[in-house]
Amino acid sequence: MANKHVNAIVVGAGAGGGVVAKELAANGISVILFERGGWPVYDECINDELRNQRTFVLGSAFGPDWDRHPRVLLGKDGTKRIVVANGWDYSHIAACVGSGTVSYGAMAWRYMPEDFKMKTTYGSVAGSTLEDWPICYDELESCYEKAEWEIGVSGDDRNNPFAAPRQKPYPMPPFENTKEGTLLSAAARRLGLHPFPIPMLRNSVPYDGRPGCIRNRTCIGFQCPVDAKNGTHNTVIPAAMATGHCTVKTHCQVAEVTTGTKGRATGVRYFDNKDREQYQTADIVIIAASAIETARLLLNSRSKLFPNGISNESGWVGRNLQGHAYTGADGLFDHDVRDRIGPGATFGLCDFNHHNKGIIGGGLLCNEFHDLPYGFSQFRPPGAARWGKAHKEFQVKMYRRISAIRGPIQEMPNFEARITVDETVKDHWGIPVAALSGERHVLDHEHCKFLSARAEEIIREAGAYQTWKTIGGKGLSGSQHQCGTARMGNDPKTSVVNKYGQSHQVDNLFVADASLFVTGGGFNPVLTIMALGYHVGNYIVKNWNGSKFK
Amino acid sequence: MDRRKFLKSTVTGLGTMAMLPACAYDPAPFRFFTQKEAECVIALTDQIIPADESGPGAVYANVVNYIDQQLVRVFRNEQSVYKKGITALQNSCKKIYGQLFHELEFDTQTDFLIKVESNNVPKEFWDGIDPAQFFSMVIRHTMQGFYGSPVHGGNKNYISYRLMKLEYPQVVGQNRYRRNHGE
Repeated sequence: MANKHVNAIVVGAGAGGGVVAKELAANGISVILFERGGWPVYDECINDELRNQRTFVLGSAFGPDWDRHPRVLLGKDGTKRIVVANGWDYSHIAACVGSGTVSYGAMAWRYMPEDFKMKTTYGSVAGSTLEDWPICYDELESCYEKAEWEIGVSGDDRNNPFAAPRQKPYPMPPFENTKEGTLLSAAARRLGLHPFPIPMLRNSVPYDGRPGCIRNRTCIGFQCPVDAKNGTHNTVIPAAMATGHCTVKTHCQVAEVTTGTKGRATGVRYFDNKDREQYQTADIVIIAASAIETARLLLNSRSKLFPNGISNESGWVGRNLQGHAYTGADGLFDHDVRDRIGPGATFGLCDFNHHNKGIIGGGLLCNEFHDLPYGFSQFRPPGAARWGKAHKEFQVKMYRRISAIRGPIQEMPNFEARITVDETVKDHWGIPVAALSGERHVLDHEHCKFLSARAEEIIREAGAYQTWKTIGGKGLSGSQHQCGTARMGNDPKTSVVNKYGQSHQVDNLFVADASLFVTGGGFNPVLTIMALGYHVGNYIVKNWNGSKFK
Repeated sequence: MDRRKFLKSTVTGLGTMAMLPACAYDPAPFRFFTQKEAECVIALTDQIIPADESGPGAVYANVVNYIDQQLVRVFRNEQSVYKKGITALQNSCKKIYGQLFHELEFDTQTDFLIKVESNNVPKEFWDGIDPAQFFSMVIRHTMQGFYGSPVHGGNKNYISYRLMKLEYPQVVGQNRYRRNHGE
């Protein structure tokens, strides 16, 4: 039996897709929200350090499963490697309702006005497709606010002189510092820097019918046992379902966007939870499957009219894959500095996000989330024992005497860092898989050196007897903060969609995830993805005439 | 009092536990390793995380059980690497010391592993397998078995959490989780 026609299909129930689905459903537009994974179940992961979103040596607790979702890595030398979701090079993102918003550390950053105007602020950069966004901060401000209030953020940025202007304060008070946070932020202040509490999509007080945070140590990488961490799975998606206009279809793998003779999207072809091929028709199709999977789906949607994939006339689909090179410094203390109260990261500073001499962009610095025992065992100062008695002694003695400050560097978009599809490697359903290739821009590593040096200064000032830098920024980008592969822009020749996430070629096809990002900012991206979800959703609602898309 | 109960009762104090001999592991039937291979792996894990004055190590935590269990589950692709690596390790020891690895004195084992780490072992036994990489893999798996969740067969009695003075994992959902992912 054919599936009943709906107004809108949203592919991907993560940060962007969950928000769009809710915006449409709340305005009477019928939605089917497709998700390749299932609903997250706390019992499926609890506090297992070997099987969560940070350490997946024994499996990816939130999916995708290893057997059915391979990817390909293409080396510079033409080598080809098939990978599963058990390592960072897979660029793994949770495959479940809520996606990364279930298991994230929940930092809720607004990007700064400069982050939307990188080319205007810094000029052109050789070897980079650095560009301004087609929207500015002011156009997104109300969407940020909506995300903060509807999904729930704790914070207070009044001590951040670099904060982007806001109309409304955060809905919940900020979290207090840990012992380590107090020590390090005092040191930062002595150096003339401006630390302040990290805004978190986590309840500092009961909010919206869910309780306050219990400071669980197994927070980042895990689902919250008391539901105090706010994602789309426990806020906007249930709200969308409650309207009666949104159906969530889990365990469905969407294979392609189908098109009609006039070149408009007609719906999607997908495989249901029993691997049966199905078709779903709709008036509008919105793709929010994460930067890698969104690009893959567009590229796999080929037809006579769109031989290179739908919405890919420019050839820019899959290009400019970015993420965040994390970089920073660590230090050892002769007394306990970490109380190991979860989740660990408490303060940030934006002194190095912009306008530092010789640096294009830059990045945020924060004290680090706690690592768990196995993770900590893999982490040692340069030259320290990797095994044996000395390794064990360090593990026992230094777990509370180590401190780290790290941050995400704003990467320079590289046209050659890209997603393609591999015709020879297919997933469980026979769909060509995503192939990742290219490297970060050479400047990223230089910028990382700068940020790591600043981090080390703070740890040293805090009294560490030994410090060292961990400098990132080389190799393939992507990973958890993957973005940029369906760039938004005003010029159809150098972008994939317009400033509302609407395809330049197919007016009823939209993108609503981090694929839209022109540049990735020097911050964790999730609040900006949610804000874009509201932005795209608002536009669709405004242009909906009650029965048809204008 | 049977042995299991005895072990359980001694767990209440680290002081008592530190006095347990290194061989006080539960002899579980192995799924992948032969008894001989297991003895070699047990000796390896003992080198990587030895018992010392801070408390028991990998042998007590039954790390070999973790590795054995994962080799028939998640680490199936590493089966042949383990077989080859153990054989190469034993043959190298026989040539250098005239004894198998697990028969050597603790300090001699340590000296030998330092050689393995720098690929300074008889090449003829290591065909198609890199000594340093093999050892690195065993280190990684030993750390997982010792410091990871006990549900996967190692970290017996939460021993690493006790050493690191971390409170036990919360019990919420634990029982159902065990049924789905543990033994």
